[in-house]
Amino acid sequence: MSTNKLDQLYRSVIMDHYKNPRNKGVIGEDSITVDMNNPTCGDVIHLTLQVDDGIVQNAKFEGEGCSISMASASMMTQIVKGRKVDEALKAASVFSDMMLGKDIDDSIDLGDIEALAGVAKFPARIKCATLAWKAMEKGVGNDSEQ
Amino acid sequence: MLSKDIRNHFPILDQEINGHPLVYLDSAATSQKPRQVIEAISDYYSFGNSNVHRGVHTLGNRATEGYEGAREKVRKFINAKSTEEVIFMRGTTTALNTVAQSYGRANVGEGDEIIITYMEHHSNIIPWQQLAKEKGAVLKYVDLEEDGTLSLEKVREVITDRTKIVSIMYVSNVLGTMNPIKEITEIAHAHGAVMVVDGAQAAPHLKIDVQKLDCDFFAFSGHKMCGPTGIGVLYGKKDLLDKMEPVEFGGEMIDFVGLYESTWKELPWKFEGGTPIIAGAIGLGAAIDFLEEIGLDNIERHEHELAGYAMERMSEIDGLTIYGPLDPGKRAGLVTFNLDDVHPHDVATVLDMHGIAVRAGHHCAQPLMKWLDVSATARASFYIYNTEADVDRFVDGLRIAKEYFADVY
Repeated sequence: MSTNKLDQLYRSVIMDHYKNPRNKGVIGEDSITVDMNNPTCGDVIHLTLQVDDGIVQNAKFEGEGCSISMASASMMTQIVKGRKVDEALKAASVFSDMMLGKDIDDSIDLGDIEALAGVAKFPARIKCATLAWKAMEKGVGNDSEQ
Repeated sequence: MLSKDIRNHFPILDQEINGHPLVYLDSAATSQKPRQVIEAISDYYSFGNSNVHRGVHTLGNRATEGYEGAREKVRKFINAKSTEEVIFMRGTTTALNTVAQSYGRANVGEGDEIIITYMEHHSNIIPWQQLAKEKGAVLKYVDLEEDGTLSLEKVREVITDRTKIVSIMYVSNVLGTMNPIKEITEIAHAHGAVMVVDGAQAAPHLKIDVQKLDCDFFAFSGHKMCGPTGIGVLYGKKDLLDKMEPVEFGGEMIDFVGLYESTWKELPWKFEGGTPIIAGAIGLGAAIDFLEEIGLDNIERHEHELAGYAMERMSEIDGLTIYGPLDPGKRAGLVTFNLDDVHPHDVATVLDMHGIAVRAGHHCAQPLMKWLDVSATARASFYIYNTEADVDRFVDGLRIAKEYFADVY
């Protein structure tokens, strides 16, 4: 019973992202850099973004944290790469709705991040999942419009 | 070990979490409350609520007697010389900040030293950082031994004649280390410094005697020792408190108020501006009665035994690292650990799904996490209501977590 509920949180696709993070690393010098941490638990992310012509050309992350926070970071970079900045921000807001357990706008392809929907049932873990997204929002400079 | 019946005094423990009977192993964050404490607070609001020290009416007297009666219980509990030395505050954090802002501002100058250690809780670091920055003073850290204990030699090396304040935790909330406060106090005094003790993790678990320790200030919180949140105590030696200025001004703490000048009440009330935490103090008094009935020596022994049993059982698990001294005699009733490379959050979530509450994170001790070279740890902390059966459930939970993440990490 308990393990079933655990499986809703630790979906295999999440564990796969955790074990084999996509876009791990740092982009070269002229990238946007965001360092963010979760002061209550010690999770940290170092996110670098390359934005040209309103498009997120590249996104890479390094960090330390639990499986949820690192998998979410990996998925986030995968989603935003190649997207327009406003689409990336839209994805962030859809993700935020998903964490709040709200009905989500399905006009945008969510790819693997749908696997994180189960996190909404674990209130203590939501902040783990949102760290990378907050960093991305800050990085593309639109944090205050949320 | 204490009687298993103690558990029956705690209504909260009688419930299921995620389909399993609750095993609460997070008492170092906050303890649960026995029925006696809950009822004392409820009775106060039902039959005795009124403001203190001012009502001519009967209820006012009843509230004052309850509040000041609790102060006398605290005095006895820590063996202070008089109730003038017992100040009610919101908790350890407020108490330590009060010492920094009142005693510290008046007595620390440029180039003076404040001494703390790498194992301190944030609430015993930041007030001193702020004071040092404001005054141009130097904040110095005593390094730890490899097993997470303090050596008096290292303490002696760091304290000098420029040292004005030494502030150290009695019991570490992460390592479980019990520090030699009496000996450190002697060293501090030999250099003319005052000794401040963060007693948050000590007061719930062992007999406190401030006169024997000879410390100058001692801070602790009610909520970690079966009392309610929002109440804590600052003990200070009377001759120091007499000379100190209050940090909060307003009602309750004044003697005479003029247009441009005011004078303060005598101790301890000059540090208790505003309507005090009456229900909290009464709840703390009830908690002290409860703990004393069990006996602090019995509590300390129970926790040593339980921590020893837990460490023994945990060592059966491959890949489990325990932080702090491995000798149960050198530590209080908590065990901080990591399980292989599984992140402590993930460990805590698996345990939670099995009804077991532990803490995961940096435990408000970021400098210590850095010293341990980890980003986070998990912690199981034990109290009077925990049993060997709880430890067994916890160890079973750890095995499940290890298995669950076996092919992931």
